[in-house]
Amino acid sequence: MGLLAMFRSKPATANIAKERLRIIVAQERGSRGGPDYLPLLRRELLQVIHKYVNVDPEAVQINLEREAGHEVLEFSIALPEKPGA
Amino acid sequence: MTEIIVVTSGKGGVGKTTTSASMACGLARRGKRVAVIDFDIGLRNLDLIMGCERRVVYDFVNVINGDCTLKQALIKDKRIETLYVLAASQTRDKDALTEEGVRKVLDELIADGFDYILCDSPAGIEKGAHLAMYFADRAVVVVNPEVSSVRDSDRILGLLSSKTHRSANGNGGVKEHLLLTRYNPRRVANGEMMSVGDIKEILGLDVIGVVPESPDVLAASNAGVPVILNDDSTAAEAYSDAVARLLGEELPLRFLEEPKRGFFARMFGG
Repeated sequence: MGLLAMFRSKPATANIAKERLRIIVAQERGSRGGPDYLPLLRRELLQVIHKYVNVDPEAVQINLEREAGHEVLEFSIALPEKPGA
Repeated sequence: MTEIIVVTSGKGGVGKTTTSASMACGLARRGKRVAVIDFDIGLRNLDLIMGCERRVVYDFVNVINGDCTLKQALIKDKRIETLYVLAASQTRDKDALTEEGVRKVLDELIADGFDYILCDSPAGIEKGAHLAMYFADRAVVVVNPEVSSVRDSDRILGLLSSKTHRSANGNGGVKEHLLLTRYNPRRVANGEMMSVGDIKEILGLDVIGVVPESPDVLAASNAGVPVILNDDSTAAEAYSDAVARLLGEELPLRFLEEPKRGFFARMFGG
């Protein structure tokens, strides 16, 4: 580190990278091995919801849970604080 | 017993071929009979990194098609007695590699008594990458401490656990290891780069080696001499350690911290 660089601290972005990866990897692992139509289902669902409420694309979570003998597809949609906001 | 090891990553340019070449040399240097195969059909590269590009007469696809024998296509390394290279074909035919063809070549290498077969995977998740990992017993997943590389390697880990011969036949699955390359301890210390611990935690896998970022890697590829053969390089030592761990030795990770520098270097150095 040079003399100048010592006084000009760079933002520590490694933690941001780690946090983003933790979320996306968990999400991708969750849908792995699930039916191929899940991403399309998610997109279409989002379009329908959009007709009524303006939700953030990230507010729609799909979870596929496998238990002995059956699978549970779980949708969770976080609505904005004020509808239509 | 032959062990088939795939060197893979998903993302391109992270150091798969560098790793394949160095690990193949490292294993052979320890007396193992090693064949290293370039699966990047259409974009042959391993021969350059190994420094045998002018000795390629026949390639992988020639063997599959029966244009030559496997013996004719295997290039014997000039430095290490027990090391052989099988070059990729430069054909543009995407269907040149077939599962049956690959199986035939691997079976012949196994029958010939090779200890290790290293499969240097192409980037991506297309056919070449799929076939490189399909028959593997073990996988070395090469990853850079960078978001897209980490995410892609997770995708590859998913494929290793679902789309391989071992996973399909319930043979206990493919044994997976992470190998970090381009690791810069100074940037990790400054919080600019994810650490080994971070990546281990995100991917939940054991780390078989951490190769520090080093100018010796480019110099090695320029010269066609795998970096592990450079006696005074930290990258070479890191690869030698990784080879030892692959053989079951337990060694602590090295080069995770910045080498100590003098006062003037710290004040004025870059």
